[in-house]
Amino acid sequence: MSVLSLEKVTLRYAASDSRAAPVLASIDLKIARDEFVVVIGRSGSGKTSLLNLAAGFVAASSGQVCVDGRPVAGPGADRAVVFQDDALYPWLTALDNVAFPLHLRGVARPERLERARSLLNRVGLPDAADRHVWELSGGMRQRVGIARALASDPKFLLMDEPLGALDALTRSRMQGFLLDVWQKSGVGALLITHSIEEALLLATRIIVLAPNPGRIASEIATTFGRDLLTGVSLAEIRSPPAFRRLHDELTALIHAEDEGIAA
Amino acid sequence: MSLSIESAPSTTHQPRGIVEQPERGTTRSPLPLAWISLATIVALLALWSLASSYGLVSALFLPSPLAVYKALQSLAVTGFVDATLAQHVGASLLRIFGALAVAILLGVPGGIAIGTSRLGKGILDPIVEFLRPLPPLAYLPLVIIWLGIGEASKIAVIALAMLPPIILSTATGVKSTSSDHINAARAFGASRLQVLRHVILPSALPSVLTGTRIALGAGWSTLVAAELVAATRGLGFMIQSAAQFLVTDVVIAGIVVIAAVAFVFEITARLLERWLVPWATRR
Repeated sequence: MSVLSLEKVTLRYAASDSRAAPVLASIDLKIARDEFVVVIGRSGSGKTSLLNLAAGFVAASSGQVCVDGRPVAGPGADRAVVFQDDALYPWLTALDNVAFPLHLRGVARPERLERARSLLNRVGLPDAADRHVWELSGGMRQRVGIARALASDPKFLLMDEPLGALDALTRSRMQGFLLDVWQKSGVGALLITHSIEEALLLATRIIVLAPNPGRIASEIATTFGRDLLTGVSLAEIRSPPAFRRLHDELTALIHAEDEGIAA
Repeated sequence: MSLSIESAPSTTHQPRGIVEQPERGTTRSPLPLAWISLATIVALLALWSLASSYGLVSALFLPSPLAVYKALQSLAVTGFVDATLAQHVGASLLRIFGALAVAILLGVPGGIAIGTSRLGKGILDPIVEFLRPLPPLAYLPLVIIWLGIGEASKIAVIALAMLPPIILSTATGVKSTSSDHINAARAFGASRLQVLRHVILPSALPSVLTGTRIALGAGWSTLVAAELVAATRGLGFMIQSAAQFLVTDVVIAGIVVIAAVAFVFEITARLLERWLVPWATRR
């Protein structure tokens, strides 16, 4: 079982100035391949920095990021990234976008297009293959982005608020979709979000980040996502006291940090 | 959980607005812009005809539109100073596109160097900034001393005028590449060269095309100057020699042809943009 781990990771953007407050301080986090880890926290708590570290876009000031115990030096195909602003290439069709990671790897065109086509089927967009990015709705774009991320056959899927720009209805549909993709593809997922409900619905484990410096304030295991996968309706999942209690608890945790800042 | 497909952005709901206002009998649709422009051109031509037919201005200074039209005809058939209009235009176009090829071959890599590397920026910035404000006429004599009075010096001068816009817009395009686009490719394991080839270049293409369009304009205005010296063919040369013999109708005909060719360039460049980089205006 593959594991993505951050070990005692600290990140300072002003690398030369060791007195500057770190963006993230001493983060220890392990993500196994069967986990769906959701990171939540208020703005400025370093959520996106955490993802950038895990992806290898930025290097840790101290500590290390490892995959299966081996330190990683930069981005790699074992950790695919889904961006908030889909980051699809507008000069490529949906199909060519999905095939792009295979293209980079030198897979021959007929083969990569065939694999891309089956990935588009898997995300429910069999008819979007030849459409241009600008012809797709926000939700469709994110599906293409996820198909593209899966094309590189990653061990981990890192998602930076992928549903943040979507309308509420599409968003709730996409949450079910994300769970489904996660379960069927067998990747470890790391998702950044602002939404407490989204965290509760998707996560097997919720990480609450506190700001100044960014650190893990709390870790909570949840199972509501598994219920959603087995076909229990959203309303039924939301109604039990356990869900609401956890929702309140998380709200309080994030809110407490707010007051801490004000004081 | 069913995974239904999002519907594509639909156009079934017409936006409410002016379109849906009930039509009244007296509603006048606004005059199309093209008509206004056309009317302006017709009015100017009419004024020009009147001025010359009533002898307000001597035909030596301002020949009538008809005379210019006849000059154009005779230019096309018998030509002027040993070459037909087509040959003059051909000679000029050859210089323009020769220079454009040189400017693109040097300017695009130059712009990429400025946009992607500190060293490249450090080296090329002062050169571009030195060249950019210089009027081509200022360095034309020097280029002639260096390269002689043949085609090489003409193409070199035009290319020098075209270089700064191409380099600068390429650099701008390269620098404006979305960092998400680059990071996505890096996360898929792209090498630096692959990022350049598959992400930075296509993303800079709209800007390169804009630069090329600006460069064509700059080149076209430099052309006439370059052809004033020791040319035997070309639109600039044709105008210049006609002016020396006070053949004003040929001078005006030459100006009209230059304007027409420039207009065709502009239209072609826009069509090319729509065809090559349709996403640039859509995102």
